[in-house]
Amino acid sequence: MNISRRHLLILLPAAAVAWKYVEAGTPEASPNYQMSEHWWGMLIDIPKCIGCGNCVRACQTENEVPDGYFRTWVERYHRTDYHLENPEVISPDGGKEGFPVAKEDPGMYFFVPKMCNHCSDSPCTQVCPVGATFIAPDGVVLIDPKYCLGCAYCVQACPYGCRYIHPEKKIADKCTLCYHRITKGLTTACCEACPTGARQLADLKNPSDPIHEFLKTHTVQVLKPQMATGAKAFYNGLDGSVR
Amino acid sequence: MSGLKDAGHLFRFAGLFVVAFLVFLVVRGYVVPKTFGEYGHYRGAAIGEIAQRPVKFAGHQACESCHSDIADTKAKGAHAHVNCEACHGAQAQHALADDPTAAIPVKPDTLVLCARCHTASAAKPKGFPQVDPADHMGGVPCQTCHNPHSPAIGSDTGASPATGGAK
Repeated sequence: MNISRRHLLILLPAAAVAWKYVEAGTPEASPNYQMSEHWWGMLIDIPKCIGCGNCVRACQTENEVPDGYFRTWVERYHRTDYHLENPEVISPDGGKEGFPVAKEDPGMYFFVPKMCNHCSDSPCTQVCPVGATFIAPDGVVLIDPKYCLGCAYCVQACPYGCRYIHPEKKIADKCTLCYHRITKGLTTACCEACPTGARQLADLKNPSDPIHEFLKTHTVQVLKPQMATGAKAFYNGLDGSVR
Repeated sequence: MSGLKDAGHLFRFAGLFVVAFLVFLVVRGYVVPKTFGEYGHYRGAAIGEIAQRPVKFAGHQACESCHSDIADTKAKGAHAHVNCEACHGAQAQHALADDPTAAIPVKPDTLVLCARCHTASAAKPKGFPQVDPADHMGGVPCQTCHNPHSPAIGSDTGASPATGGAK
């Protein structure tokens, strides 16, 4: 058999059509926001947190988080003396309506707001079998709701417990760092609602962001550093008992 | 060419393979979204879709563009760094609307609102102003004595009474 000129005339246009679809996909024009100019994180200042629950309520309102599920929540730690291994931790309804009044005692109390750490080596994005969750070029870990199957691998993979399966949508859901806000130049809903400045959105690529001065003058820590997740939620004044 | 005399079936098979591959490419082109792989192993357009959601908290800049008098009062007091929507709740419906009068915000009930932050508890940071609500004012609304926008006693209370609503 020979591949004649006739065969080639049939095959080449077909190949051209096929290649067009392979090559397709030009980036959509984004407005004023350039992903490459940002690298988002969060600063959480534990000594400033009063456990009012404003952030939890604001997040639920802004992101329509169903009751009983949390993209951010607040835990109250009670550590007695040197018992770092066994702190007493409470978080009634995620701290949404605040915390019961604590009586003065020999222990130490503090509040720890928690949320997605927007890890730069995130375990959750690595386990997704369909490419539905990813680290955006500006460092925010997001979920593509159209691609997510709801298999919940990522829910298990997150060492911080920051993901859940949405009870109605049946897909994974988590903090987007208010992506719809930060791309418009606003801060996150939790930061906007925090009355004491205990939470501050941080753009690590912006040299004039106050985060750089803060990091220069404070000793900060991330949660579970031994997991090497590259977490970008920086905690000031984090106690060793925090898990 | 004599070596390939009996190889026709191989070429036919190779041709079939090529055609199957092209069909695969065409199907793949239709099935895989155009932006998949734009930035990585995910649909690039998802980023834009997530960014497009409407906001519910307008941001204090939006509030201050009209309520500059309140912003000035607030800037002088202890609540200077408390954003408007920390107390008044999400107000994008009011602040970002073409007609802000269409959705007038409900004034928060100070007995609930102030107590959320200022109820005394050993768990709170020691420097934070805290009171035992029952002992401190016994049911009298906070704004009777304090202007929530500048809470020190004696500062001009421009506060008007609450009209209900706990949020």
